[in-house]
Amino acid sequence: MLTLLLLVPLVSATALLAGKGDRQLVKTSALIQAILTAIFWFSYDRTAAGFQFTWASQPLFPGLDLRLAFGADGLSLTMLLLTALVTLAAAWTLPAVDQRSNLFDACVLLLSAGATGAFISRDLFFFYAFHELALIPTFLLIGLWGNGERQTAAWKITIYLALGSIVLLIGLADLFLAIPIPQRSFDLEKIQQLAGSHAIPAASQARPLCLLLIGFGILVSLFPFHSWAPSGYACAPTPAAMLHAGVLKKFGLYGIIRLALPLLPDGWNQRVLGTWSVMDLLLLLLLGNILYVGLVTIAQKKLDHVIAYSSVMHMGYIFLGIASLNLIGVSGAALLMFSHGLSVALLFAVSGALREREGSLALDRFGGVAKTLPFLGICFSMATFASIGLPGFANFSSETLVFFGAFQVKGASFIRAATILSLWGVVISSVYMLRAYKAVFLGTPSSTSAKWMDISGFQRITLSLLLFALLLGGFFPKYFLNYIQPTLQAVLR
Amino acid sequence: MFPPIALEILVLCLGFILLFAESFSTGGDKRSIPQTAIFCLFWIFVGSFFVQTEPKSAVPGDFWSFYGADPSSLFFKRIALLTTIGVLAMAIDFRGVLTRFIPAAQPNAGLGEFYCIPLFTCAGLMFIASAKELIFAFTALELVTISFYILVGFMRRNAQSLEAGVKYLILGALSTGFLVYGITWIFGITGETHLDRITTKLATLHDSESAALFALALVLVGLGFKVAAVPFHGWVPDVYQGAPTPVTAFLSVGSKSAGFILLMRILEPFLASPTLQPKVITILSLLAGATVVVGNLAALTQDNLKRLLAYSSIAHAGYLLIAIASVSSKPNAFGSVGATVSFYLAAYLFMTLLSFLILNLVSSQSKGDDIAHFSGLAKRNPFLATSLLVAMASLAGVPFTAGFYGKFLVFTQAVHADHFALLALGVITVGAGFYYYFRVVAAMWWNTPTETTPIEVPFLSRLVILCCVVAIFYFGIFPKTILTLLNPALTPVVPH
Repeated sequence: MLTLLLLVPLVSATALLAGKGDRQLVKTSALIQAILTAIFWFSYDRTAAGFQFTWASQPLFPGLDLRLAFGADGLSLTMLLLTALVTLAAAWTLPAVDQRSNLFDACVLLLSAGATGAFISRDLFFFYAFHELALIPTFLLIGLWGNGERQTAAWKITIYLALGSIVLLIGLADLFLAIPIPQRSFDLEKIQQLAGSHAIPAASQARPLCLLLIGFGILVSLFPFHSWAPSGYACAPTPAAMLHAGVLKKFGLYGIIRLALPLLPDGWNQRVLGTWSVMDLLLLLLLGNILYVGLVTIAQKKLDHVIAYSSVMHMGYIFLGIASLNLIGVSGAALLMFSHGLSVALLFAVSGALREREGSLALDRFGGVAKTLPFLGICFSMATFASIGLPGFANFSSETLVFFGAFQVKGASFIRAATILSLWGVVISSVYMLRAYKAVFLGTPSSTSAKWMDISGFQRITLSLLLFALLLGGFFPKYFLNYIQPTLQAVLR
Repeated sequence: MFPPIALEILVLCLGFILLFAESFSTGGDKRSIPQTAIFCLFWIFVGSFFVQTEPKSAVPGDFWSFYGADPSSLFFKRIALLTTIGVLAMAIDFRGVLTRFIPAAQPNAGLGEFYCIPLFTCAGLMFIASAKELIFAFTALELVTISFYILVGFMRRNAQSLEAGVKYLILGALSTGFLVYGITWIFGITGETHLDRITTKLATLHDSESAALFALALVLVGLGFKVAAVPFHGWVPDVYQGAPTPVTAFLSVGSKSAGFILLMRILEPFLASPTLQPKVITILSLLAGATVVVGNLAALTQDNLKRLLAYSSIAHAGYLLIAIASVSSKPNAFGSVGATVSFYLAAYLFMTLLSFLILNLVSSQSKGDDIAHFSGLAKRNPFLATSLLVAMASLAGVPFTAGFYGKFLVFTQAVHADHFALLALGVITVGAGFYYYFRVVAAMWWNTPTETTPIEVPFLSRLVILCCVVAIFYFGIFPKTILTLLNPALTPVVPH
């Protein structure tokens, strides 16, 4: 069943690569993907926990329980919804490409397919493999159709992510081999069932945990492994930035929630560096994300850089939520993954539309855009408010959960102090987002901007869907949490 | 069902018949010779699935006791056959370049030998795969090496090819010397040349431990040359660059896999001995570490694709050595180290052969084999560009390709054996690998073409390229096929 979700973009991409089809095919494919996801979303049985819509192949490896297996539970379904919404918006707002547009479109679809594949995989091996498959389209998209220093950025992102993936691979192997032989499995569901059983001896949990945190951390742009992200996103063509920052980056966080939380609960308090435990180190790094990267963001002079750095900064909150290790905090983190994906995709969509019209994204080149492009202006302002964490948007409810969850923790680590410091990040993000908003959308319109056309038709609907989901999550967070929390309860048992 | 030795006999007969037939043929481009050879080799390959795997239990003193035919040696025979098929297909496309550099009365006079000698190399590789006895192994290895001496320097009017020929000859002879000396020492210590009996003798060895280590060091030097391990890799870039491209591919795949199976066979007695094992593993780890680092870092700055592939071949030898150094006695869910090495080599066969096939086509039609000559290949010939993309992705280790599975298995073995220093080197070097393999991809897809003439792809090459691409994806998703070939006893466990 879920295989369809993967096949639709894959088949369309293959057709495009073979020279068949055009832009219409991308839009249709994204639309089908979204409709299918909606069907899965509404037909998911929330009362029954565990994976649904499952399918599995024969074992692919002699002697091991490794198979191509698909399935979705509430958490992965939420991620799939995010993927479908962002893909839809990206596919309908594809920029004009002067050469080889088929290859461009195919790469965009492959990015989406990689993310979808990772989120529907019920098997550890393929979960990893699908994500890394997205490396090649990213490389081609940024290198061929990027902006500015595109080739440098493409190299940086590819090598960084490849390094991250290989550390992750070793971490996964270490984790797998640490599980006692009778319980060893690649099946995520079986891994999840090990939660709370302390199957892995506490003493041997710290090493796989560190490897996983570094590997996933590189993929999620955890400070100080984040420097690929701003340049990569700023140079990437709009759909690539939307899909990568919005969806693919969430893969790492999803992985930590799926693997590190159930299997390695005792590793967090192990001392690994002098008197510093894994938890202390993670808190230190996520403060780097929130405070250091936040301050760097304020200094940016281009809209795309502001958005790119801000997306790195927000990863800090998600890590904080995960570090709380309790249901409230981790639910907040999961919901924040969803809402951050939506808001950052929206921001990149608008900034891409602006770049197409103005040719640059330097903040001082703009002014009064809200008057000339009212719809994009509204989208951008809403996404800005969401990203700052204004009440009414999903980001607010999820950040609140994160802070509450993290502040609840009583223990040796300095997580309370970190939470208080992180709260200042909200102030920082309102400074840079509001400044950017003011510079671009308020003031007097420039002379060239009078001729600009706002987006129209179905494009508006796709962006509005993102906004709608943000508002829904803001006013009724329970709606999404009903999907997410059963999974998390199982993980945190 | 027929005895396994029939495979080698068939290949040898094929070689002799074709060589004989060639001496009577006049004119023409002699394309029919390699085509016949490919056809026959393909059927021998098919036939290899119908041989008796283990012949009647080897009686000590039995004449055939030097020749083993377990699944893994059959597997390596198949690798040799497939490599030869690919090399011959390449040789057909290469004839235009070759004839320019052969002095002869007739323009196509030297071609026949160039097509026939690979068959003898193939027979040698197949013999090595079955060798259970050191003298036999050495003789088979010499058959391979001597035929390579001829092939590497085949383009006599080309200075680079000549240089490569001389370098390969001298260093090959030197390494052979080391190997023979090592074998002599092993004989001196144990009084045996049969590997099974050496294993039993070494296990009960008490006083001549350092002598055994010295013998092993000599053998490692000799085989280090063959598999291109650092610090015995100096010849590789020059010889690879100078040799005719099909021969380079043959060296890179055939010679390496033969070297590795021999290495594993000879190491087996040493690793089985509890006193020697830790020391041997230390030596192997040092070799492996040096090889991955030098191979990958030196590849970073190469502008010539042949040299790049040469360093990449060193790098892959390093990963294979990491796997061999990860031998441990703990039970392992991922199969034995031998299976890992065999799988890696099979994956390596397809991806390297594919790269060389395309390199061969492009360079013979673009007058050069620098990475710059691949600029804009995506526009000149999308089929070749996409196939080379697959090959590079597999070499770099992107999932869903056979190369990824190989790396995955190697790293898992290393994690299993707690070789975290080697793993750290592995991480850095895989990152470097992404850079230099993707440089080729970048040149093909990002840059604009310097030449605009489309590249022609003959039918046979197109077929072989397609087969390689399909194989890379197939084994990247269904590794089971290869792994059960290696060990039919392994069956899938635990259904859902």
